[in-house]
Amino acid sequence: MFRIIAAVIGRDLKLAMRRQSDIVSALFFFIIVVSLFPLGIGPEPELLRKLAPGVLWVAALLATMLSLPRMFADDHRDGTLEQLALAPHPLGLVVTGKVIAHWLVSGLPLALIAPVLGIQFDLSTDALVVLTFAILIGTPALSGIGAIGAALTMGLRGGGVLLSLLVLPLYIPVLIFGAGAVDATVSGLGGEGHLSLLAALTFASLGFAPWASAAALKIALE
Amino acid sequence: MLEADNLECVRGERRLFAGLGFKLEAGELLYLQGKNGSGKTSLLRMLIGLLPPETGEIRWKGESIKSDEFRADLCYLGHLNAIKEELTPLENLLASAHLADEALSEDDALDALEQVGLAGREDLACKYLSQGQKRRVALARLVKEKRPLWILDEPFVALDIAAVDWLAGIISGHLQRGGLAVMTTHQLVDIPAGTVRELRLS
Repeated sequence: MFRIIAAVIGRDLKLAMRRQSDIVSALFFFIIVVSLFPLGIGPEPELLRKLAPGVLWVAALLATMLSLPRMFADDHRDGTLEQLALAPHPLGLVVTGKVIAHWLVSGLPLALIAPVLGIQFDLSTDALVVLTFAILIGTPALSGIGAIGAALTMGLRGGGVLLSLLVLPLYIPVLIFGAGAVDATVSGLGGEGHLSLLAALTFASLGFAPWASAAALKIALE
Repeated sequence: MLEADNLECVRGERRLFAGLGFKLEAGELLYLQGKNGSGKTSLLRMLIGLLPPETGEIRWKGESIKSDEFRADLCYLGHLNAIKEELTPLENLLASAHLADEALSEDDALDALEQVGLAGREDLACKYLSQGQKRRVALARLVKEKRPLWILDEPFVALDIAAVDWLAGIISGHLQRGGLAVMTTHQLVDIPAGTVRELRLS
């Protein structure tokens, strides 16, 4: 079971490394969107500190969305997805591997760069640590939920827009608890509660989303 | 070994075929024939379990094909090559074996690529290969393939004459080892071994 997940992750990471423009463009999108806010709002530390969690999280949601349409579309176009569906193990495991690979490529880099961007918003060290941690444990949920949308819209013309309409509303809980964790830390309440809920969302979506996506993929392959 | 009973296929509003059945035993090859749009590929997709038939049933070794065991016995080659343009032929071959949970050593993979005439191109990304060479990368899977049921959709497309002969040899070797094969093709290629049966869709 773990061998097949590892095989999928290994292959997808290798493909991502050969096509680095995808990773880099999502990361730069995140950096630029977040950096535009302090420039537009002006140097008011109080206001920036208040805005920071929401801005960073909304930018993270949009940045992870960028690569979602291609999660299954490439494999579908060249016939690899059929072969994966015919492999002698459940398709849900394959999708689990793809979700993890998507997170490693699109979620993890955001968490690593987030503390640097947080400095532009005059966040305290505590808040930066919580922000990084929140993005680190929250983004796998984004990849998981996104996989369902990507599977449902696979092969559709204009699927990208439909995908955002499907997926962004489902991202709202992650946004609320992710930004809430940082807010709570800034206001001195402690973000542990929010972080626990965020982790719960991640575990739930990693457990259920691959199987829902696999069911959608099977229908799409008929 | 492979049995199909009273299959009916409806695509959109059209019924492509109905009441179709056959039985295939070890060492037999089934040639599917018929003009474009007669449902050859749909039938193949039913046989691999991706397209549920409207009515009827398909059995492998007496069991329904909806099991992981069936897929462990199945090797399918579609009209898409299922290779990744960014990966080299060697990486493609190893990746597809790993993803299908098969053991394939690097030496075996190199040997297979040599047999399909891609020696010296193992380390070149597939996007630089020609259409026929990409097809050969896809076909290289068959060289070391031990699974008993091969389902091949138009395997001879884009191949030159020498490669067609080579592939016919590979398929007859598979039949001699007691394997089964179902394939569609528009070129009638002589497969030297095994019992060849024909099924014409109209």
